[in-house]
Amino acid sequence: MKSVLLKGLANALISIIGASLIIFVISRLSGDPVVLMLPIDAPKSAIDALRANLGLDKPLWQQYLIFLAHAVQGDFGNSYRWQMPALQLVFERLPATIELAVAAFSFSVLLAVPLGVLSAVYQGSWIDQFGRILAMTGQAVPSFWIGLILILVFAVDLGWLPAFGADSPKHVILPAISLGWYPVAAQTRIIRSGMLEVLDSDYIRMGRAVGTPERLLIWKYAFRNALLPLVTIMGVYFAAMLSGAFVVETVFAWPGLGRTVVEAVFSRDYPVVQAGVLVTSIVFILSNFLVDLSYSLIDPRIRR
Amino acid sequence: MSVTSAPAPAIPLSTIQPFGVRFRLKGVPWIPLFILTLVMIGAIGGEYITPHDPNALNLGAAFRPPFWQAGGSTEYLLGTDNLGRDVLSKIMVGARVSVIVAFYAIIFSGAIGTLLGIIAGYFGGWIDTVIVRIAEIKMSIPGLALALILSATLDPGLTTVIIVIVFTYWTWYARIIRSEILSLKERDYVAFAKVAGCGPLTIFRRHLLPNIFNTLLVLATLQVGQVIIFEASLSFLGLGIQPPDVSWGLMLADARQYITYAWWGITMPGIAIMLTCLSSNLTGDWLRDLLDPQRRQL
Repeated sequence: MKSVLLKGLANALISIIGASLIIFVISRLSGDPVVLMLPIDAPKSAIDALRANLGLDKPLWQQYLIFLAHAVQGDFGNSYRWQMPALQLVFERLPATIELAVAAFSFSVLLAVPLGVLSAVYQGSWIDQFGRILAMTGQAVPSFWIGLILILVFAVDLGWLPAFGADSPKHVILPAISLGWYPVAAQTRIIRSGMLEVLDSDYIRMGRAVGTPERLLIWKYAFRNALLPLVTIMGVYFAAMLSGAFVVETVFAWPGLGRTVVEAVFSRDYPVVQAGVLVTSIVFILSNFLVDLSYSLIDPRIRR
Repeated sequence: MSVTSAPAPAIPLSTIQPFGVRFRLKGVPWIPLFILTLVMIGAIGGEYITPHDPNALNLGAAFRPPFWQAGGSTEYLLGTDNLGRDVLSKIMVGARVSVIVAFYAIIFSGAIGTLLGIIAGYFGGWIDTVIVRIAEIKMSIPGLALALILSATLDPGLTTVIIVIVFTYWTWYARIIRSEILSLKERDYVAFAKVAGCGPLTIFRRHLLPNIFNTLLVLATLQVGQVIIFEASLSFLGLGIQPPDVSWGLMLADARQYITYAWWGITMPGIAIMLTCLSSNLTGDWLRDLLDPQRRQL
């Protein structure tokens, strides 16, 4: 167990350093990063100060080490739009994004689990067909378009739910559904195939033979084992949500990290973009790490 | 899942064998192929075949609803936008961006990913470790986050969109091709070729490439939908295709402001995206079942 933990942590650390390297290289793609990081009307003294601070006269690998040293200290530069350190702004906006991602994730699991289990139990029935159609269409539309359609139906036409902002718990419903829609398809399929496999196993047949109630068999004995494959790929979907959050937050004016970074791209607030992307990557890497860890906790076969 | 039956001795009339693969005409996804053909016609024909000039402003005809709704006319089948431009014409021309982006993005990400996948899988050792590491690190940054920081650095536009997508998707090919090569290179005929003195290039060309061709074709078809959605998302955010070019994502971004009085503005381009992606996914599934029997159960 301890070695799993250490190995995972080392891997996560390497990934984080690698992500910072990619972000650093991209910032140097356009040639002069000072042009990116300062407003167009920045005074000459500010430009010279930043040049010295980034060590632009030094070789590239030294520049990267300087970037890394600054990043470790939480110094990505100041957001010139918000007049505060970029990282502080990112951390202020992060909780809203995590809240949205958790809500979206809950939505997708709450829909995918019953759908997947029922599709397996009643294989070939209308609910199986329904699940298949849902999966097919879910992967063929962008999440932001689902958001727009939800706004059109539930906010504009029916007036049931608010379309913009984050003032009440009601506000999270529509963005969570549009963000959670995409993973439903794959999750349903994974649970369905997992259930089919487990339902075919000897211990379920045995249980059936001794007269265990079908409901108990399905939900207690079969479902728990069918859930394992879902847990392993949960990290992938959480990542997909962090990614999708950039667009969905913009559609719903959700005050999270995604919208902040998108706005920062437009106002050319490069320090915020850099900090936001690195923090998103770190959240993503850590959530993958936690998923790996939880997997070995849940499944004793792996722990040994 | 049923296993496919053994090949029949005689080929019935309803089967054809274009690439040495026998398939039944019955299973062909005609409707998806038809929709993809329409998309291609729109992309190639563009302004020459649209009922109206997609960029012609006509404020007198702004916000006309689709023809079946009161106030609509068959002149503008799917209605008009806030500046009186014909939605159908814009969708037809918008297909061009989707096709161009999908074409180049898939060619380049496929080529780069395949090359690196073959090198990593075939040679193994430190070069494999390096390529796999780079791929893993790239995958530790969520796709759109990577796209955002690239868009913030490069100037937005068609080329940047393609670069961003290639940068995002090459790992997809690299991983799958690498694992295919890992098993292919253990085959006897590869060993024989080596013994016979064939260099790596000959082995790639004669023995490895033909064997991964089917996988590549399936991967590329399945990628079309993802690329189209990615482009639409970027353009919707304003970081992809720039006006006056027309793209489905851009149409959605424009129409979003008028969502309260022109429902068709956000509905129609989305349906175009959905039908195109659905069609390419279904075609990809069909190709996979046809060309790659081992994966049929996936």
